[in-house]
Amino acid sequence: MSVLEVRDLRKTYGDVHAVDGISFSVKKGEIVGLLGPNGAGKTTTINMILGVLGPTGGSIEIDGLSVQEKRSEAMERTNFTAVYAHLPGNLTVMQNLRVFGLLYGVQRLPERIAELLVEFDLVQFAHTKCGLLSSGEQTRVSLAKAMLNYPQLLLLDEPTASLDPSTARAAREKIREFATKNSGGVLWTSHNMHEVAEVCDRVLFLSHGKILLEGDPKSLPGQHGKKDLEELFITVAREPLSLDLENV
Amino acid sequence: MILLWRTPQRLMQILIWGGLDVILFGFLTKYLNTMGEAQFAFVPTLLGGIILLDVLMRFQQGTTTPVLEDIWSNNLLNYFASPLRVSEYVLGLIASSLVTTALATSVMVLLAHVAFGFSLLALGLPLAGFLVVLFLFGIALGIVGATIVLRFGPSAEWYVWPMTAVLSPFVGVLYPIDVLPPFMQAVSQVLAPTYVFEGMRDILLRGEFSPGELVIGLVLALISVALAQLLFMRTYKSVVRMGLLARYSAEGL
Repeated sequence: MSVLEVRDLRKTYGDVHAVDGISFSVKKGEIVGLLGPNGAGKTTTINMILGVLGPTGGSIEIDGLSVQEKRSEAMERTNFTAVYAHLPGNLTVMQNLRVFGLLYGVQRLPERIAELLVEFDLVQFAHTKCGLLSSGEQTRVSLAKAMLNYPQLLLLDEPTASLDPSTARAAREKIREFATKNSGGVLWTSHNMHEVAEVCDRVLFLSHGKILLEGDPKSLPGQHGKKDLEELFITVAREPLSLDLENV
Repeated sequence: MILLWRTPQRLMQILIWGGLDVILFGFLTKYLNTMGEAQFAFVPTLLGGIILLDVLMRFQQGTTTPVLEDIWSNNLLNYFASPLRVSEYVLGLIASSLVTTALATSVMVLLAHVAFGFSLLALGLPLAGFLVVLFLFGIALGIVGATIVLRFGPSAEWYVWPMTAVLSPFVGVLYPIDVLPPFMQAVSQVLAPTYVFEGMRDILLRGEFSPGELVIGLVLALISVALAQLLFMRTYKSVVRMGLLARYSAEGL
C-alpha cells in the first residue's frame, strides 16, 4: 500500500519546467531515493509534497489525503528534514523538540522527547541552544525532530550531508529501522551514491524535471552497462539522452 | 513566547521604548504647562495620546516581528511544512502581540501615574472601547506588515517598522484633526484610531463622550481586520505558488 502517491506532478516558472509531469509512489516500509544533478527538480518535488510550493498541475496524496485539499491533515502524517531548513538556533534542543512536538500534536511528548534524545545521542545537548551545536549535531536534532510524530511519510533532503562517516552510518541505520519498525515510507535525496545503494529499496533518477530511470539501486547500473550507481549518476547528469531508456 | 521569557534583552526592548516615550513627553508636557500660565491640560492630552499611540504601535509590531524572527532564523519552512494552519499561525501572532503589548502598556501607565500623576484610567469606561479599537486596528496593521514581509522577504522589514508612525499624523494623536488640511482629514475619517484620539480629547478636555463615534471606530477597525486577513490569505497563496517560503530558508544559508 502506498503512503505517497504522486501523479503527473508539474511545476513551471514561465517557460521553465522545473518538474515536468512526474508520477511515482512510495510504499509503506519502503525507502525511495530521489536522485539527480543540481537543478533536476528534487527539492522542488519535496517542497510540493510538503505543501509549501504549489504545483502547476498534477496531484499528491499522502496516506490517501490530498495535500492540496487537506494539507494540515496530510502533514500530521508527514515530517521532514532538509539541509536548508535548520531549526531555530536561539532555542535549545529540548525547546525545539517541544515546540515541534506540540505543532505535530505528539502524544506523551515528554517521553517521546526523552526517547529521541537517547536515540540520537543528544542527552548532553538537551539544554544547549541549537545554534551553538556543530552542523553534525544540528543534523541529528533535525532528524530527531523529523521522527517526533512517528510519520507515515518521512522526507529527507540530503539528511547526512554534514555528518561524519560514523554518525552518517548510525543515522542511516536509524532511518532504516524507522522504515522497518514503523512501516513508514521514506523519500530520500542524496548525492552520496554509496549511501543510496546501501539504504534505498528503489531509486528514481530525475533530470530536467523528468524521471529518466527507476529501479533497484543494486541492479540498475548493470542494466545500463555501468559499473555502479555513481557512474550511472554521472551519465544521467552529463548526457541523459545517451541512456538507453528502452531497457528500463 | 519562550524567547521572551528566557531572554531579558527582549523583554527590555519591549518595555524600554514605551517608558522612554512617557518620560520624554511627560517632562515636555510639564514644561509646557509652566509656560505663560497655560490654560490647556497638556499632560493628559499629550501624554494620553502618546500612550495610546504606543499601544497601537506595540500591537502592530508585536504581530509582525515574530514573522521576521521566523524568517531570520530560517524557520518559516519548518512551520509551514507542519500541520499548522495559516489561520492558527496568525492567531499565534495575535496572541503573542497581546502579551507583549499588555506588558509594555502596564509599564507606561504605571510610569505616567507615578512620575506625572496622569492616570489613563481617568478616561473611565470608554477606555475599554478605545483599547479594543486600537487592538483591532493594530492587529490589522500587524497582519498587513506580516503580509509585506511574507511577500517581499526579510529586506521588507524597513517598510514595516514605520507603519504606525506614517499613519500617526492622520489620526490626530497630539492634535484635533480639524487642524489638518482637507485631504488629510478625508484620510483620517477612514482610520479607526482617529475616533480613539478624538474621543480621548473629548473626555479629557470637555468631559464629553460620544458612543456613536466609538462605534464608527469599532466598525472601521473590524473592516480593517477583515481586509488585512483577506490580503494575508491571498498573499500566502501566491507566496506558495511562487515558492517563496522555501526560498527565504535557502537564502538564509
